[in-house]
Amino acid sequence: MQQLIFGVLTLSSFGFFAFNLRKIAQNIHMGLPLDRTDRKADRWRTMLLVALGQKKMFTRPIPALLHLTIYASFVITQIELIEILVDGISGSHRFFQDSLGGFYTFMISFIEVLSVLAFIGTVAFLARRNMLKLPRLNMKELAGWPTQDANLILVFELILISFIFTMNGADEVLQGYAGNSNGFAISSWLGPILFEGKSAHTLHVLEQIGWWGHIIMVYTFMNYLPYSKHLHIFMAFPNTYFSKLEPKGQFTNMASVTAEVKLMLDPNADPYAAPATDAAPSRFGAKDVTDLTWKNLMDAYSCTECGRCTSACPANTTGKLLSPRKIMMDTRDRMVELGDYKRKNGSDAEDGKSLLGNYITEEELWACTSCNACVQECPVNIDPLSIIIDLRRFLVMEESKVPTELTGMLTNIENNGAPWQFAPTERMNWANEE
Amino acid sequence: MSIQVRTMADMMASGESPDILFWVGCAGSFDDRAKKITKALVKILNHCKVNFAVLGAEESCTGDPAKRAGNEFTFQMQALMNIELLNGYEVKKIVTACPHCFNTLKNEYPELGGTYEVIHHTQLIQDLINTGKLTLADNGTFKGKKITFHDPCYLGRANDVYEAPRELIVKLDAALVEMKRCKTNGLCCGAGGAQMFKEAEKGNKEINIERTEDAIETSANIIATGCPFCNTMMTDGVKHFEKEEDVKVMDIAELIANAADL
Repeated sequence: MQQLIFGVLTLSSFGFFAFNLRKIAQNIHMGLPLDRTDRKADRWRTMLLVALGQKKMFTRPIPALLHLTIYASFVITQIELIEILVDGISGSHRFFQDSLGGFYTFMISFIEVLSVLAFIGTVAFLARRNMLKLPRLNMKELAGWPTQDANLILVFELILISFIFTMNGADEVLQGYAGNSNGFAISSWLGPILFEGKSAHTLHVLEQIGWWGHIIMVYTFMNYLPYSKHLHIFMAFPNTYFSKLEPKGQFTNMASVTAEVKLMLDPNADPYAAPATDAAPSRFGAKDVTDLTWKNLMDAYSCTECGRCTSACPANTTGKLLSPRKIMMDTRDRMVELGDYKRKNGSDAEDGKSLLGNYITEEELWACTSCNACVQECPVNIDPLSIIIDLRRFLVMEESKVPTELTGMLTNIENNGAPWQFAPTERMNWANEE
Repeated sequence: MSIQVRTMADMMASGESPDILFWVGCAGSFDDRAKKITKALVKILNHCKVNFAVLGAEESCTGDPAKRAGNEFTFQMQALMNIELLNGYEVKKIVTACPHCFNTLKNEYPELGGTYEVIHHTQLIQDLINTGKLTLADNGTFKGKKITFHDPCYLGRANDVYEAPRELIVKLDAALVEMKRCKTNGLCCGAGGAQMFKEAEKGNKEINIERTEDAIETSANIIATGCPFCNTMMTDGVKHFEKEEDVKVMDIAELIANAADL
């Protein structure tokens, strides 16, 4: 009976998770094509260093260490999950204990120690967020759901770890009664403190509560991910693999513009020629998420809202409206909204809303200095600047919405080849001045 | 010492070709403060007998501020015209004292048909010193002085050039003091992304004031930069704090030209 429940629970959990992963893939595919299949060796190296090795986290050592405890514990615990699956399906108890012997004791002990560290790390993270009120974790774009999401993730982790120790602790005392202690590093002393003297029946129930509680939390957490910023634990890997590898200062070249500019500069071009039908895109720049590339959209799913970008942003730190983190959160919210709408009403359906306007304002976009601090800071190589520039391109090239002073600058460049009103003939004056 | 500078057109007419083109940039050509940086660099080039030329009246904006402002049309008009000119002169190598021109010429022109070896002037000066073509006079100009370097975003983060300007400061026999935010963490001066040409959006502080505070905190005598726009922003910041007497804002080229007695 228990095996049947376990089987149904496991299948439905993975089924629902797969269903949501498909939605995520569909949403990312709403973006424009972009080729990031070159330089495979560099891409693997970037992923290993930045995602697996967490290289960029360590520019801030304290949160990096706390994060590392949770990360390492999460990764290593997956090994134990194999046993839980085997036990769950076959009805065995600690399937690998007998065959692995001392190594098994070592592995579980290792997981226990990491779990304790992760518990401490999680409590510290809760404290930083809610008691120390770290500025970057308490900004206005986090009001409401994002803050609840963050706390919920941390509470999930605490519950998950508590179940592990309920299971191992009760089991320890129970096995101790039979004269063969498990001897795991933490539960061999924590178990007796918590459960010594309890009846064998109670201990068995407690062990079962721990076991079931643990696996139910794992499945809950897994299915919570697609709705949460915590999705970064998976997305960090593809997202760093598909990183921009060009110099940060290199902005994308708009090939659609090149065709038109070449036509303008060509004295032999026929001004009445019909425009090439295949070349021109539907619009210049980006108004909505469907005008961004799939990588911009993957970036949005990879963001865990840590706010390092925003805390390094010169515009944000001097009180301007722009927050690179908000740009990423808005992109994700809008993508999910539009994706759901299209799944319901057909892929050509329009809901009359857009990323620019309904989510991101012009004032935010014009505050950016394109300094790349946000790109540099991001621990999973998200590029908010590329979205900001594409939205600016739409404003300028499609809507002609340019701040007045910039109109002057642009006119000067077009008229006299400099952002200021100086004639080209004055370019060499410096050579003759004292 | 009077400076010697020839244009590309002039050289072509007499059948010569320079080893390197000095891309002066709009700031270096028209901004009074930046013109001094241009002259300092030319003094160094003259002193080291570098066979260089400028484009003079034929030079035109690289299009950087247009591109950052989102106007790809204006950018590409400029880029394609400049590339035609540069390719016509068969230019192979370019040096510039402006990180914005540097970034655009180096990274954004190749896709439009203009591929050149582009270096920042701090890299060229470093090379001149390392190859023994330029020696700094032992005049103690900067002895005991504290110099801090403000990383221009388009040189540092955008193109990973952090060491060339710092090595030059160390060669000045001065103490290099770092700001709390430096190198990859360097704070922008506030001019990038076409902000130089507009008022800042509404906020509670100007970015250049925030950055100048970082610099003043180091108690440096000199704020060194490698960008004419950073220079303007930091100079304004120093004026804001009325520290013009104690803190000078200077380009690396000016520091080197001074130290070499040029």
